[in-house]
Amino acid sequence: MSKKSFRQAINEALRQEMRRDPTVVLMGEDVAGGQGGSSGVKDAWGGVLGVTKGLLTEFGENRVLDTPISEASYIGAAAGAAATGLRPVAELMFVDFVGCCLDQIMNQAAKFRYMFGGKARTPLVIRAMYGAGFNAAAQHSQALYPLFTHIPGLKVVVPSSPYEAKGLLIEAIRDDDPVIFLENKVMYDDVEDVPDEAYTIPFGEANLTREGDDVTIVAIGRMVGMANEAADRLAKQGISCTVLDPRTTFPLDEQTILECVEDTGRLVIVDESSPRCNMACDISALVAEQAFGALKAPIRRVVPPHTPVPFSTPLENLYMPNADKIEAAVKAVMMQKTREVA
Amino acid sequence: MTKNLTALTMPKFGLAMTEGKLASWTVSPGDTVREGDEVADIETSKITSGYESPASGILRKQVAQAGETLPVGALLGVVADADASDEEIEAFIASFKADTEEEGGEEAEATNAEPRVITVGEHSLNVRDVGRGEGVPLLLIHGFGGDLSNWMLNQDVLARHQRVIAFDLPGHGASSKDVGDGSVTVLAEAAYELLKALDIPKAHILGHSLGGAIALALLRDYPQAVQTLTLVAPAGMGREVNAESLREMVEADRTRDMQKALQALVHDKSLVGRKMADNVLRVRRLDGAREALRTIEAACFANGQQSIDMHPVLEAARIPVTLFWGEEDEILPVAGAKNVPAHVAKHLLPQIGHMPQLEKTVEFNRLVEAFLEKSQVTA
Repeated sequence: MSKKSFRQAINEALRQEMRRDPTVVLMGEDVAGGQGGSSGVKDAWGGVLGVTKGLLTEFGENRVLDTPISEASYIGAAAGAAATGLRPVAELMFVDFVGCCLDQIMNQAAKFRYMFGGKARTPLVIRAMYGAGFNAAAQHSQALYPLFTHIPGLKVVVPSSPYEAKGLLIEAIRDDDPVIFLENKVMYDDVEDVPDEAYTIPFGEANLTREGDDVTIVAIGRMVGMANEAADRLAKQGISCTVLDPRTTFPLDEQTILECVEDTGRLVIVDESSPRCNMACDISALVAEQAFGALKAPIRRVVPPHTPVPFSTPLENLYMPNADKIEAAVKAVMMQKTREVA
Repeated sequence: MTKNLTALTMPKFGLAMTEGKLASWTVSPGDTVREGDEVADIETSKITSGYESPASGILRKQVAQAGETLPVGALLGVVADADASDEEIEAFIASFKADTEEEGGEEAEATNAEPRVITVGEHSLNVRDVGRGEGVPLLLIHGFGGDLSNWMLNQDVLARHQRVIAFDLPGHGASSKDVGDGSVTVLAEAAYELLKALDIPKAHILGHSLGGAIALALLRDYPQAVQTLTLVAPAGMGREVNAESLREMVEADRTRDMQKALQALVHDKSLVGRKMADNVLRVRRLDGAREALRTIEAACFANGQQSIDMHPVLEAARIPVTLFWGEEDEILPVAGAKNVPAHVAKHLLPQIGHMPQLEKTVEFNRLVEAFLEKSQVTA
């Protein structure tokens, strides 16, 4: 066990799975870096933020493939390779580029198992960066996990820390269905204890990072850290919160969400994706349908406004959920009542 | 310091604990308490446990209130005789607070020895080695599916008088996952190799559950290395075992299933929280961990029964041996204690399950200390 960054945790997961299983291959724009260019330099980049650095030198050009700048071609190739015996991990770089290859994901990879009478497996992982807070402007900052969650046939992972990222990525690679694995680009330098050995974290099981009695905060990806910070501050003020990290938006651990809401009677959902049809809406509907009687106050959502992510730093800060906004939302649900309690 | 005034302080349940929440007082000011009586419930992120009074007397003052979260070592209350005046109590509290402010975090630092991984023969073993002192060192051997954190309430207390070593058995915790044929012989050999690597020619051995059978195998195979034996609900004393619970403890992959499986270990089910189950799952999910446990399970608990018999070793033992067993043990029934030879000092604990070291901490630690002290004198 040693301290590792989010970036190192992902690199280690890829490395260990590539060592264990020769059918695991990487492909994407610049995942090798420098290869094929005129400079002759190899392994210069390791992806745009250095996540795959060092893998080319260990596994060679047959397993770490730099691709042309054509998402449709290499995501399609990865889907086909998965259906025919490899376990490709394709990197989409920014998730915002999914528009260029949505058919390959939505209509091909996600549907093979179902269209081929259950006879096809598609052990494909697509890694991509998501999220605002990096001054990357509207075309490189979106949090598109609701889009993938909406598509039947995909599993969707949004890890909240280095430990989570390593275990969930290894699980994703070993899974026989297409998995969208989303990495928050602001978190690559987050550090925590991560075991040196390979390990897995199962999909569809939520993690409780705090346990409390008053309010359940469901938070996704990078929002989990902010929710923890808010919960710690609130604990000092006498309000105890459960913080629930679903880990995967599909499959979603509905049971644990409902149990926590039954226990606390209050729900705040923190989601950095655009507010219409996002996970906060989805989870609100779940709780409204199945745990309405447990609610002591209306559900609150801490979400950004429905607008493209601003480039201006002050505006981007204003756009993002943060610990202050979560703290305020929790206090608000503590003040509110759906009905007078006798 | 005035006589017969005792500070109740926030206990340290394990390595990672820096603060705890006083969940509730279970006695009121003016109540008489005896040493070892539970006086409060303490909640941490990992465990909720009763806090037992270190002294007999009257609970004179509750300094901390229910719901307060306080650092380890903070003053919770004062136990004193009836004849101590209120002024004396107040003066005691004032001087306690002044003392702790002076000391800062020194004490916490001294006891916060992190485990480290060392190479021992074929294995790499995760070892936590604390305590100094003249006495013969004490080696703690945890049970099937456990790890060195099973001793989180014992190791530092016992380390006040001698060096105390806890480690993760092969296949467990952060140790390497090769367990050979999974027999107690192989595991005892690893324990012996560890003692050699640490330059310890002879040690007191304290083994829990399967660790008890390993301790006996250690005595059988390396008698020169064993000073005394302390066995806690040891395996190998009968045929019966709760094989279903053991299997769940290996195979459960969801927090709620693991929590349920772990609850079979204790009589007071509220001791096992979700965090504890999460921590066990973290270890189970390491590649090779479940396979290692399945190998041990097949070697020691085949066909729903205990397949090892350590009776003959215990019968033949010519060293001091003491035995602890919870009367409500749901894993290895307490009936196993019946057949133990007369020379073994037995402690059967009512209302306690398979883990007396966690459920009856204060009494357990005190009895072990007394046993070791006595055998140091006679040795």
